[in-house]
Amino acid sequence: MAAQGRHGGQESNKMTALVVDDNTVNRMIHHRLLDNLGIENVAVVNGKEAVDIHCSGKTFDLILMDMDMPVMNGIEATRQLREMGIRSMIAGVSTRSMEREIREFIEAGLDDYQEKPLTMSKLISIVHKING
Amino acid sequence: MDLVQLQRQLVDYRTSLYHEGFLDEQFTQLQELQDENNPDFVVEVVSLFFEDSERLLNELSNALEQQIIDFKRMDARVHQLKGSSSSIGAQRVRQLCIVFRNYCEAQNVEGCLKCLPQVKHEYSIVKTKLESMFQLEQQILNAGGSVPV
Repeated sequence: MAAQGRHGGQESNKMTALVVDDNTVNRMIHHRLLDNLGIENVAVVNGKEAVDIHCSGKTFDLILMDMDMPVMNGIEATRQLREMGIRSMIAGVSTRSMEREIREFIEAGLDDYQEKPLTMSKLISIVHKING
Repeated sequence: MDLVQLQRQLVDYRTSLYHEGFLDEQFTQLQELQDENNPDFVVEVVSLFFEDSERLLNELSNALEQQIIDFKRMDARVHQLKGSSSSIGAQRVRQLCIVFRNYCEAQNVEGCLKCLPQVKHEYSIVKTKLESMFQLEQQILNAGGSVPV
């Protein structure tokens, strides 16, 4: 069963997700993909905002983390979230193809990594990892 | 032109866009995300892509006109354009962005100056083609038909 998300103080069986991406088109597509799966979601535009939203007390079942972002990138944001004790599923999504870069991202604390662009089947495989 | 002819024209047109490499599989993914609850999703995302791309292309033009070229900033813009074109399936634009990024990385001014007009050209072609496709879809809907998948 889907993990219970603490979302605005209300208990709900709906999964929750945070989209972290600096690209407006990607944010819109990821939002639609998540909506289609019945996952409540919120989007922020860089790694710092992802950290800040957690500092404000919100948590999510799933975080879709882009790698390349201004202000704070996905690698640094993932590291910080893990240091803060955030145990949510963090799935890195990126267009980087060099093994070394992907490895650095994974080692920062990812639970999963998918190459962009994100598709419905890739998202479903990520979600299954949460439930499985 | 009657409804059936319009629908056939749309299917042929769409197929040609894939065949000629303007669109790739990712565009199909977008269409699959559209449903009765979100009937305008594809048009909305593509419109966002148009807005975003035009802004980025303007910024790239400005960057190349400067006395001192900021390759890092330019690369960041091209990266954005590559990302959005990839997400909507605008294959040719995406491929040119890869070339453009290589020039930025190599700080090759001539390469960048040659590449930017090519990217603008491919972008304007795919924009025109998508707009024509959306117009066809609207004609079908106005004629009381449904858009074939």
